[in-house]
Amino acid sequence: MIDLQGYGPRLLEGALVTIELALLSLVVAIFLGLLTASAKMSRSWLLHKIGTLYTTVIRGVPDLVLMLLLFFGGQIGINMVTDWLYDRFGIDIFININEFVAGVITIGLIFGAYMGETFRGAFLAVDSGQIEAGRAYGMSEALMFRRIRFPQMMRHALPGLSNNWMVLLKTTALVSIIGLTDMVRVAAEASKATHEPFTFLIPVAVIYLLIASVSEWIFARLQKRYNVGFGEADEWNN
Amino acid sequence: MEQLSAWFTELLADNSIFTARTLGYYGEGLVTTVQLVFLSLVIGLVIAVPLSIARGSKRKWIKMPIFFYTYVFRGTPLLIQLYIIYYGVVFIEGIQDTWLWVILEEPFYPALIAFTLNTVAYTTEIFHGAIKATSKGEIEAARAYGMSKSLMMRRIILPSAFRRALPAYGNEVIFMLHASAIASVVTIMDLTGAARLVYARFYAPFDAFLFVAALYLCLTFAILYLFRYLERRMLAHLKPQS
Repeated sequence: MIDLQGYGPRLLEGALVTIELALLSLVVAIFLGLLTASAKMSRSWLLHKIGTLYTTVIRGVPDLVLMLLLFFGGQIGINMVTDWLYDRFGIDIFININEFVAGVITIGLIFGAYMGETFRGAFLAVDSGQIEAGRAYGMSEALMFRRIRFPQMMRHALPGLSNNWMVLLKTTALVSIIGLTDMVRVAAEASKATHEPFTFLIPVAVIYLLIASVSEWIFARLQKRYNVGFGEADEWNN
Repeated sequence: MEQLSAWFTELLADNSIFTARTLGYYGEGLVTTVQLVFLSLVIGLVIAVPLSIARGSKRKWIKMPIFFYTYVFRGTPLLIQLYIIYYGVVFIEGIQDTWLWVILEEPFYPALIAFTLNTVAYTTEIFHGAIKATSKGEIEAARAYGMSKSLMMRRIILPSAFRRALPAYGNEVIFMLHASAIASVVTIMDLTGAARLVYARFYAPFDAFLFVAALYLCLTFAILYLFRYLERRMLAHLKPQS
């Protein structure tokens, strides 16, 4: 067994931070993605423009730059708002951005843009006859979303979703740069302290591979589930 | 309009951040970023082409190691790969006595190695997918002409596979540009490194990072339009004829 020189528990804690961060950001990203997709498909000119601007700018700038901007700029921005509130209304509040929350918001914001594109394509791929049929049954928009649009959209969205998740998982490593103690940071600190980089960095790489392999398996099962009634999954590889 | 220009002059007069000196940092950073990305992409491309052909080999002992390599490099964060190479290279037995050390001592080269290894993994998979998608008819036709395997590869399979891989490869180029931002973590003064320096000196996150974000956006669009142009040129024969 490898000697982790007492860094084992901290490395494990870091791994938990990575997983929590990734899952929470995924939730934010999916929510933002659905919102963006609806904005881009809406008839409103303004909403469409806002959606396009968001996806274009976010996808054109490196994750790390956005992260540094939101992390260092976010605090100053919030302070400006709270200062203004104090000057204007005498409301005295102090909000301190915690690194974890900043990480979740930033990664969620970045991948919301990618998810938006995935969802938009998937929604457009749902046969319009299905939606007309739902309308003919007198379904409300919400019910139609739940019963018709969403389940059929997922079939088309899953390959993209799984791709985005894999990239998101690897992006979480960047939060170690802005000071969050995820497993990458623990490993980097430990390698500097002990002068044994391989002992710590390679196990972390293996953990990433493990998470990626498990998620691949989960997505394969989901794909099977949403493909029920559409023949073999092989169809998808064309 | 007059008001606008007055406002603009005032804004510039107030500006103490974007002096010739800081713009110089950004300029040097831009050069470093472009060098790093361009070199790793070119070297990566040269290595990825033979690997992608070998990746489709029928022999397991050729295929499996390449698959393992791409799986590991695509499944782990680039930051970890960079750390392993940057911190790990010192510990290779006796490397400090060889000529290699002169190169590896600077952070630029470990970063270049990490980026190249990473892009080779992705590019190999992209090309492998494109080669696999070659239609059977093309191969049968080549065989009917009595082409040898290598001639068929050179004249039929690769040209059409490269065309098909173009959109995905364009994405990979943009991905590499964005990924290169982490070079600043190992003290390389690339674009992001310059922005971090300006931020640290003036404590002005919006100025420092929004400016660099705009520069990256311009670079991204330049790559995007280049690949769109290439696609239009090289995929012209696949367009529906009017």
